[in-house]
Amino acid sequence: MAELLWLIPALPFAGFLALALLGSRMPRPLVATIGAGTVGLSALAAIAASLALAGSAGAEEGITRTLWTWISVGGFAPAVALRLDALSAVMTLVVTIVGFLILLYSTEFMAGDEGYSRFFCCMDLFVGAMLTLVLADDLLLLYLGWEGVGLSSYLLIGFWYKAEANVRAARKAFIVTRVGDTAFALGLALIATQLGTLRIQEVAERAPLFWGAGSGMAVAAAALMLGGALGKSAQLPLQTWLPDAMAGPTPVSALIHAATMVTAGVYLIARMHALFLLAPVVMGATAVIGAATLLMAGLSALTQSDLKRALAYSTISQVGYMFLALGVGAWSAAIFHFMTHAFFKSLLFLAAGAVSMRLRGEHDMFRMGGLRRALPGAFWAFVIGAASLSALPMVTAGFYSKEMILERVWSSPRGAGWLWAAGLIGALITALYAFRMVFLVFFGEKRQETEGRSGARVMFPLAALAALSIGGGFVPMSRGTWEAHALPLTLAASLASLLGIAGAWFLFHRRRGMTERLAGSPAGALLRRFWAGGWGFDQAYDALLVRPFVRLTRASREEFADPYSKGVARTAGALHHLLSRTVTGQLRWYAMAIAAGTILLIGMAVFL
Amino acid sequence: MNVPFQHALALAAALFAIGLTGVLMRRNIVFVLMSVEIMLNAAGLAFVAAGARWGQPDGQVMFLFILTMAAAEVSVGLALVLQFYHRFKTLATDAAGKMRG
Repeated sequence: MAELLWLIPALPFAGFLALALLGSRMPRPLVATIGAGTVGLSALAAIAASLALAGSAGAEEGITRTLWTWISVGGFAPAVALRLDALSAVMTLVVTIVGFLILLYSTEFMAGDEGYSRFFCCMDLFVGAMLTLVLADDLLLLYLGWEGVGLSSYLLIGFWYKAEANVRAARKAFIVTRVGDTAFALGLALIATQLGTLRIQEVAERAPLFWGAGSGMAVAAAALMLGGALGKSAQLPLQTWLPDAMAGPTPVSALIHAATMVTAGVYLIARMHALFLLAPVVMGATAVIGAATLLMAGLSALTQSDLKRALAYSTISQVGYMFLALGVGAWSAAIFHFMTHAFFKSLLFLAAGAVSMRLRGEHDMFRMGGLRRALPGAFWAFVIGAASLSALPMVTAGFYSKEMILERVWSSPRGAGWLWAAGLIGALITALYAFRMVFLVFFGEKRQETEGRSGARVMFPLAALAALSIGGGFVPMSRGTWEAHALPLTLAASLASLLGIAGAWFLFHRRRGMTERLAGSPAGALLRRFWAGGWGFDQAYDALLVRPFVRLTRASREEFADPYSKGVARTAGALHHLLSRTVTGQLRWYAMAIAAGTILLIGMAVFL
Repeated sequence: MNVPFQHALALAAALFAIGLTGVLMRRNIVFVLMSVEIMLNAAGLAFVAAGARWGQPDGQVMFLFILTMAAAEVSVGLALVLQFYHRFKTLATDAAGKMRG
């Protein structure tokens, strides 16, 4: 099986190629079969490879397969090599399985869209690029997948390119993540020149030998990697692109948030943890950024009126938890939370999509309400997702992963009490906004009638993801967290979650009028606008970066050399107009010109 | 009777000027063609007069060439006039003024 590792990323790429070349001529069922089927086969291959890995003797080491050498210049020879170990196996499984469920869902969700084959083409490219990123054994190949993910997210966010706002959102996502990508590329260059290799294993081995702990080089390399991760994972201060990325179709949001893209940064840091361990400063910064992001994004999620934007801020907040865990060195906790988050966040997105499908594309939560009876399937899926998101104790997967993170933040030597407190407050806010969505959308009075019914291809992924959101917490990874000192911590985390859910019930269901009055008061409205707008980051970037840049380009458009080069063109143009005046189309004028010219020539010959 | 060379040349010049004036002034394409014929004949007369002045046969040979050329020109010219009339339903040259600028 290990020999066939290359099949995992190759299958989605094959689907992408087939759809890109012939997709527009294929009938829709064939497009759906290729689009979702290749990822499904890739999921089967990933399961088989992971089983083979678990059964093999070298399960700790992982399997590496070098396909070919990419370039060979001097001593520097990056290879196209794939590596499957515990970390990449978890990532691969989540990406392929969740990706397949999302694609299956899309075959029905996108049924009426004219860009059907284009959609599946881009989705396959997205999954293929993410699998390349995850399985790469070489940082250069990882970077290829990294950029591929950026490209396909750009294509998919701007999928409905006829509306200008969508194109703007796609461009914003591309440019903002580009800031991080540049840092990442610089980091790669630094590692390649200093360590002479980009193989992840070799980097991990050589870095401690070449650089001491806390040395300038190690800090610089880790900081540049962190910059790349911040961009892709939408963490402070590069988080502004993710809420706008909601412009794409809902399955795209599910894929970006759950399986691909935003988790790339988490994966990168977990993959390069040997490097990060050499730079305690950067690790501390990662933890602080994660804590700050999870609180700010949580409060923003609490004030959104658009269902998908609320989910987007929730993703930023949950990825903040992962960064917090990475920052204190709890690599497996971060990856565990990534996995459960992939399940419940894709479940939430797909359930939200199922709701808006039945409401003619409505996304405003305040125009929904009372849909509990009309859409029971979507309701239960959303409730399970929200319960997992808010870490409902004991029964949900989200509880185990979040509890593990909080416990590690408290007990790890790199952790701190105040980081733990931030995480705990974040857990309370998470439960609050998760069930705020539930109560606003599914309870209260009914505001709109639903139409149509969702088919099996929508309901099956919801059911499967709901099962994973519940059962995903009982995987072996969570074992061993139950230590004696952990009991009070567990109790605190459970209490925060329950308190948040109860608070949401009180504020957004029982006493909704009071909450609305509170939010309508001058101070409340101001705070609400500030939080809902994402803490003014967009405005700040606009004023500090975008507008000065636009002004600069305007100013340099008319530079000093321009009048001369343009003057030549203008003179030629003027002469041309002068001559073309003489071409009147009148035969007699031509005859006259010939006669006059002849007389002139003869006159010159005679008199000169 | 001997016509002085200057008189013949003056007649040729007068004919040429009349023809040129016709080409420049007339609107009707048939008249333009006729004026071109007058100009050709004026040139032929000048050749013949010059041949007589220097006692060479070249002037008359040249005139034969001009005659041939004029016959060919008229046949092509009249064919063009027919096409012109078919297309524009008129004989005024100003109608074919589309290729300006």
